[in-house]
Amino acid sequence: MLNELFPNVRWEKMWEATVETLYMTGISVIATFILGIILGLLLFLTAKENIWENMLINKIISGFVNIFRSIPFIILIVLLIPFTKLLLGTMIGENAALPALIIGAAPFYARMVEIGLREIDKGVIEAARSMGAKTSTIIWKVLLPESMPALVSGITVTAIALVGYTAMAGVIGAGGLGNLAYLDGFQRSRNDVTLMATIIILVIVFIIQFIGDFITNKLDKR
Amino acid sequence: MISIQNVKKIYASSKGKVTAVDHVSLEIKEGEIFGVIGYSGAGKSTLIRMLNGLEIPTSGSVVVAEKKVSKIKGSELRKARQEISMIFQHFNLLWSRTVRENIAFPLEIARIPKSQRLKRVDELIKLVGLEGREDAYPSQLSGGQKQRVGIARALANNPKVLLCDEATSALDPQTTDSILELLVDINKRLGLTIVLITHEMHVIRKICHRVAVMEEGKVVEIGPVLEVFKNPQEQITKRFVQQVTEPEETRETIEHLIALYPTGTVVQLGFVGETAEQPLITNLIRNFEVTVNILQGKISQTQNGSYGTLFIHLDGNQNDIAKAIEFIQSQQVGVEVIKNA
Repeated sequence: MLNELFPNVRWEKMWEATVETLYMTGISVIATFILGIILGLLLFLTAKENIWENMLINKIISGFVNIFRSIPFIILIVLLIPFTKLLLGTMIGENAALPALIIGAAPFYARMVEIGLREIDKGVIEAARSMGAKTSTIIWKVLLPESMPALVSGITVTAIALVGYTAMAGVIGAGGLGNLAYLDGFQRSRNDVTLMATIIILVIVFIIQFIGDFITNKLDKR
Repeated sequence: MISIQNVKKIYASSKGKVTAVDHVSLEIKEGEIFGVIGYSGAGKSTLIRMLNGLEIPTSGSVVVAEKKVSKIKGSELRKARQEISMIFQHFNLLWSRTVRENIAFPLEIARIPKSQRLKRVDELIKLVGLEGREDAYPSQLSGGQKQRVGIARALANNPKVLLCDEATSALDPQTTDSILELLVDINKRLGLTIVLITHEMHVIRKICHRVAVMEEGKVVEIGPVLEVFKNPQEQITKRFVQQVTEPEETRETIEHLIALYPTGTVVQLGFVGETAEQPLITNLIRNFEVTVNILQGKISQTQNGSYGTLFIHLDGNQNDIAKAIEFIQSQQVGVEVIKNA
């Protein structure tokens, strides 16, 4: 029955593409999470009246974040081709998509991290300082745990955006469901292949959203 | 225990320089409960934050528990802060931690091993009366319970000084009293020096031994609480004292009563300490040809004795009234004639 509805879909190829998409999304989400938190923390801590107040560093990071957040992703991939080639020696395949995915998503996530951190009650940070806490203790035991629901819901939104980015990266040779939908579905006019790839992407997005919401609710004790 | 010498704090704001604390000098003794009262913007918040180095004075020196807090930095300051803990108006608990984990936080900072930490936390939970709520999150607690967690957390590392930043201002009157009682109890049991800032004279009256009144960054009046109640010097102090001795409706009631008694004199009597226990009214009626009508009265307890006010109406001939007032004055009772008919 499934084969009648989707006569042109070759399931092993579809599965392979799904794994590639999951791989690209997974690795880039992990890297974005770490890089975004580091950038977000720096943005927050170097801001005015904060622990590491430093306008120069703040402006530099802020500028970097704004620039990479504004470049449309499809253009960013093209712009990063020389960098990717230098890094990996190729621009074909799932790994080749990773630098662009991470550089495209981390600044976006960094802003969300910064917003999440700014929502922490200043009094709680002051209380930790009054107890004699070091900055590293404040980061690990106050800032990150207290903003965790915001950090998780932020990475959920970013992960969903990343699924979309992998599809775009697929079009220019990175593999995955986007690549399959474009080459097999669009260029050969096999609409059932495009449709199936879309359905799988939707399922992935729904699952990410569900997991993200679940964890956020579990963490939020406010 | 605490010595503040010629401290000044100037902030640069968009409207130019603001002097938040202006040449303040104070000495606070060990085991004392010292109150600083002032309206918002008087500089009391900045002053208390200089005691644990959250604010650094522009000039002058602050010494707390033999540590020059205004000078030391880095790990030395962090170490000193473990002996000078603080509680806050809005409690400032970590919502992501349970009661037990919140109280353990300063112990984690002080690198106390886990087994000792658990033991200490249990002791503290008992001390502040939070048994049974150990695993609750702050969002599940009432305001008073949150402040109890704040106090337990502040006491975790056996501090020498406890700073209270408007610690009861966000609580209802009943809860305020229970928290104040807890503070007095801690002060007596642990011999802890407590410095508190507030805008409520009620708090000062109830638990402080000495009080400093702040206005526009300066300490305008300072002394034992009873002394200040008995004999307020500055206008602002008088207003604060009135908060307690004379509830808002008193003036209205008195004015209403004055209208009812067109003849005679209304006087306000102030009693302090033992004088509050003399049979003044009886003596008055027995010895003078006057009628005495008690309009309103109130006795307030302070940490160093009681203080009372009484409004009475005296009627009779002018001469006798004058003699009666003279007699009251000779009994070391404060007399203020409110209205002469």
